[in-house]
Amino acid sequence: MPLTVNGATVPLPDDPRVSLLDLLRDTLHLSGTKIGCNQGACGACTVLVDGERIVSCLALAVQYDGRAVTTIEGIADGETLHPLQAAFIEHDGFQCGYCTPGQICSAIGMAAELGRGMPSHVTGDLAATVVLDADELRERMSGNLCRCGAHNGIVAAILDVYGPAKVDQEVAA
Amino acid sequence: MTPFAFTRAAATDEALRLAAAPAARYLGGGTNLVDLMRETVERPATLVDVTALSTAIEPEDGGLRIGAGVRNAALAAHPAVRRDYPVLARALLAGASAQIRNMATVGGNLLQRTRCTYFYDVEGSRCNKRVPGAGCDARDGFNRIHAILGASQACVATHPSDMAVALAALDATVHCTTAQGTRTLPLVDLHRLPGDHPEIETVLEPGELITHVTLPALPDGTRSTYRKVRDRASYAFALVSVGAALRVEDGRIADVRLALGGVAHRPWRATQAEAALRGLPATRASFEAAAAAELAAAVPLRDNGFKIELARRTITAVLAELSGVDA
Amino acid sequence: MSILEDAKQAVKGAAQAALQSAVQMAPDSWMPGGRPDPLIRERHGYTGRPVSRVDGAVKVRGVAPYAAEFPLDRMTYAALVFSTVAKGRIATLDTAAAEAAPGVVLVMTHRNAPRMQPMPLFMTSEKACGGNDLPIMQDDRIYWNGEPVALVLAETQAQADHAASLIRVAYVAEASVTDFGEAKAHGTEPGQFMGQPLRYDSGDAEAALAAAPHRVDARYTTPRHSHNAIELHAVTVAWQGETLRVHDASQMVAHMAWSLGHVFGLAEDQVHVTSPFVGGGFGGKGLWQHQVLAAAAAKLAGRPVRLMLSREGVYRIVGGRTVTEQRVAIGAQADGGFDALVHTGTVAMSHHNVLPEPFILPTRSAYASKTMKLDVEVAYLDMVANTFMRAPGEAVGTFALESAIDELAVAMDMDPIELRMRNEPDTDPTTGAPFSSREVEKAYRDGAARFGWAQRGTPGSRREGEWLIGTGVATATYPYYRMPGGAARITLTRHGHVTVDIAAHDMGMGTATAQSQVIADRLGVSMEQVTFRYGDSSLPGTVMAGGSQQTAAIGAAVVAAHRALVTELLKLAGNDSPLAGLDGDAVGGRDGGLARLDDPARHESYASILARAQRDTVVVEASAPMPLETMHWSMHSHGAMFCEVRVNAVTGEVRVSRFLGSFDCGRILNPKTAASQFRGGIIMGLGLALMEETQYDERSGRIMNPSLAEYHVPVHMDVPAIEVMWTDVPDPHTPMGARGVGEIGITGVGAAVANAVFNATGKRIRDLPITLDKLL
Repeated sequence: MPLTVNGATVPLPDDPRVSLLDLLRDTLHLSGTKIGCNQGACGACTVLVDGERIVSCLALAVQYDGRAVTTIEGIADGETLHPLQAAFIEHDGFQCGYCTPGQICSAIGMAAELGRGMPSHVTGDLAATVVLDADELRERMSGNLCRCGAHNGIVAAILDVYGPAKVDQEVAA
Repeated sequence: MTPFAFTRAAATDEALRLAAAPAARYLGGGTNLVDLMRETVERPATLVDVTALSTAIEPEDGGLRIGAGVRNAALAAHPAVRRDYPVLARALLAGASAQIRNMATVGGNLLQRTRCTYFYDVEGSRCNKRVPGAGCDARDGFNRIHAILGASQACVATHPSDMAVALAALDATVHCTTAQGTRTLPLVDLHRLPGDHPEIETVLEPGELITHVTLPALPDGTRSTYRKVRDRASYAFALVSVGAALRVEDGRIADVRLALGGVAHRPWRATQAEAALRGLPATRASFEAAAAAELAAAVPLRDNGFKIELARRTITAVLAELSGVDA
Repeated sequence: MSILEDAKQAVKGAAQAALQSAVQMAPDSWMPGGRPDPLIRERHGYTGRPVSRVDGAVKVRGVAPYAAEFPLDRMTYAALVFSTVAKGRIATLDTAAAEAAPGVVLVMTHRNAPRMQPMPLFMTSEKACGGNDLPIMQDDRIYWNGEPVALVLAETQAQADHAASLIRVAYVAEASVTDFGEAKAHGTEPGQFMGQPLRYDSGDAEAALAAAPHRVDARYTTPRHSHNAIELHAVTVAWQGETLRVHDASQMVAHMAWSLGHVFGLAEDQVHVTSPFVGGGFGGKGLWQHQVLAAAAAKLAGRPVRLMLSREGVYRIVGGRTVTEQRVAIGAQADGGFDALVHTGTVAMSHHNVLPEPFILPTRSAYASKTMKLDVEVAYLDMVANTFMRAPGEAVGTFALESAIDELAVAMDMDPIELRMRNEPDTDPTTGAPFSSREVEKAYRDGAARFGWAQRGTPGSRREGEWLIGTGVATATYPYYRMPGGAARITLTRHGHVTVDIAAHDMGMGTATAQSQVIADRLGVSMEQVTFRYGDSSLPGTVMAGGSQQTAAIGAAVVAAHRALVTELLKLAGNDSPLAGLDGDAVGGRDGGLARLDDPARHESYASILARAQRDTVVVEASAPMPLETMHWSMHSHGAMFCEVRVNAVTGEVRVSRFLGSFDCGRILNPKTAASQFRGGIIMGLGLALMEETQYDERSGRIMNPSLAEYHVPVHMDVPAIEVMWTDVPDPHTPMGARGVGEIGITGVGAAVANAVFNATGKRIRDLPITLDKLL
């Protein structure tokens, strides 16, 4: 099985040093996936691999043979924005926009994790079903740094799409 | 990054064969090794991807058998881990970020290397771990995150793993294999103290592969947890962490397993505190005395003396929490 | 700084002082802003509405191109090698292995780099923007630990990085000063900022302090900080003949073009710098050596170059905020009135930059005091040139000042807000100028009510389980600046479409959005009919995104251009128009055309005017007047910052659980984007308060945590829901009635947190960041 990016088959690089991030940006010119540290410390390069969020800077592209990668360019449905993309605009979940693709991909991966019942560091009862509140969300999104300080808007946008409405009011207030 | 050959192992014997190449390294999720290669701290000539091997979590002898290729997130989410080994689930969930937990493997997590900033500074700083005999710039430099226990003149680095601290507290066994055969090690014996050879971090032989880790069952009535203290609320390495499992019977400590993170070159099993605690009444005084016993040998550096007090308090608070004693 | 430079600064300072006094005496009506901007009265347009960002869709889709994202044919990729000594010479430089490495196109060192002038140092002339004025790879000398000593170009980034790691450099180190204590022992010099000494004396403050019945006198310290914009500094450059094309991440494109031209001996119009999207700046995205090196390498190689600094590279060659040691002493009467206000101290600076972190700036106009003594001294270190970082001066100065106010309030058993209000000045305490607008009391009153300040307890009195809870407050303040150089071009088409061109920036502040709103209102068209073009050095104006002054600078330039447009349109309208005979001051934009302001029925559409004149477009360009208003009035924004913290009694961990900023920043043009600016500043302030520190090893002068893993910035879990509110009282003397909102958010936060920590624990932390070890 080949590596696919947003549904299209992509040849693996000859040089095994090429990270998934470099493959996306330099070879495929899919520069929506950002580079903020190249050391797994900022989350700007977050992409989805078979629906799971990873940091593409620490992923050697050759390791991902046979996997399906989704980047920010593959999130919208053609001209129609993904609901989360629209919510980021509505709630001003960014300023410079540089961490934004990573935040959005990360949040989509997070929603899938919640769907599978993944607990987090702040989950009180590890055996209970997790309810997404603001604290759960903040903890789960802490792998995505934002230096402009759009955190409140990001949290509001994600809760708008994935969270119970009452929590949204608390954060958006 | 220095050029290297990339290979992938479909089975353990293939992995061992591939790893016989000069300067070969096993590759798990890459979250530490790829970073270190980019910094040129690590310059392997061959990488052997072992993530396809041993990815199962299975019950075994009343306990659990965890493949070395299991991802950190999968292990934290596993129902048996959440139910029977909260200390492990919580340690995993306290580590790194969700993205990194989706990538990092159990084997790789155990073998991750220190966050000492002088270790990382290949061009500009001296480090005995990188270049044996070069000297240590951390000893008199920024060493807020460094070791208070078991350090040496040569090295004051700490082991950064959270998971390993929980496994140390759980009496985990590490299963390894070489072409010559397999062996098992208590997890607490996997990592070395730095001594005169901080460049040698574990007792593994060249090419030796960790295949899986086993956990014994915890006796009924045992409670366990993990507490991590760090400089921000998430996504930071531990200044001090405590993994503990405790069983109290009739107000007395029947069984205690205690390990510390962020304080030493290896996950620090607090055997002195444990010895001091067994049979004692489960009270604050007992916990404080045990913490003090464990930390009696602690040696502060320029910036990290606070860790002694922090570890004392955190040990006490964790044991108090597990025993239901008022904090 | 040389004696010559000192003399120049002194002359400039004296001239400025004379000018300032003349401007202060002049009538209001002579000043820019002397007649309120008519738009202040406009309450039914776009201005003041929470419009979503005009560039939102491209950002959330990931298709907005940043500096490193312009693919060019035959691109090469660059990697740098940095020095490992603070001062000395390169003894040996072995590049053979790198040159032989696969894919390598060029290895550039001082041996083969083209001859170049040093960067013109920021603020030494109108368009100078160099972060330092050192020779760049011109000889074997080393000036700081981390200076670039070699550059490799290769066909791929991986090849360039690897080849760079093969370069071997040996140094002959020379005696250097990298220890702050040693630097101070060598003697300090008075700080100079924007041509003026960072010193002010009124009366004998020390004597008044000694005689005061109540006093506090404490020392506060703040560490180095790094901007850490998430986008790494990056540039894509190509020579097109003798023209240099630069795709940069810049908050000053016109300055960049001129300054790069100076380095390479080119006219500024031979350098074309564009920067349509910038992934965060905060003062750090100016001209540093990487742009120069990339252009030099591109010239040698004859190929385009992309140079994106590694995160380590950013720390090594882009300066940050420097270290400060501050003393604040206050003497007060029993009623709280200040007899003495002393704010002095020392900062570290390199020999090759212009910013002695001016921590006394907030103190100059904050409080009335019978006597005052302010002074910033400079100690010189061999270190990477420090620079401007969000609210230089105020961010760390307010930590000391507003902590001391809180200490005095505690000592006097007085509410800290009440103590502040008792020392509200009637006119600027140091210049005597009248305030253009100052609503500090309203900001406090409204904020206190919303925050529930009245429910505050005594120190150490609130506890929930392990968590001690406390609240604190501090004043935020930042000046209104408007720098010279603003100019704008307006192009109006027959269909009523308006394009405004100005070499300004939108790094996420919301500039394009807010200015489009304002322009639509000013011209009386819909926002859909407005195109705001920016981030291109070929556009009119020299407008830096810094000093929170872009809104005013653009606003004043557009006001001037609009006035020219109206004049031109009235001329074109002629005698057959309903507007015939009207003066430019009497008309404004309305309903897609011009109308008499006090009789909107006298109206003619732009389409009609242009059609009659048989014109497809009208193009006008004009410059903003000199910013004399900032000398005539004392112009400052303020905020009341309320913080609730939880401090873990066991571990000392501090978590901010609530934060409210109540701001007085004039009229808010777009509540959505302004709120984000306020919150963003506050969150960076939480980092400053609790975790941020660039670790500079004083033995070697080397930065030891050049990484986002080891330099902590707040993550989501550190950021509570932050409430922001504002007075929305327009400043009658600024364009649109607005003052900048970009920097004030970070000010006062350090003190608000420290004061809350004191209220929670009874422990006073005077050394940032407030890490848990200080609370054990």
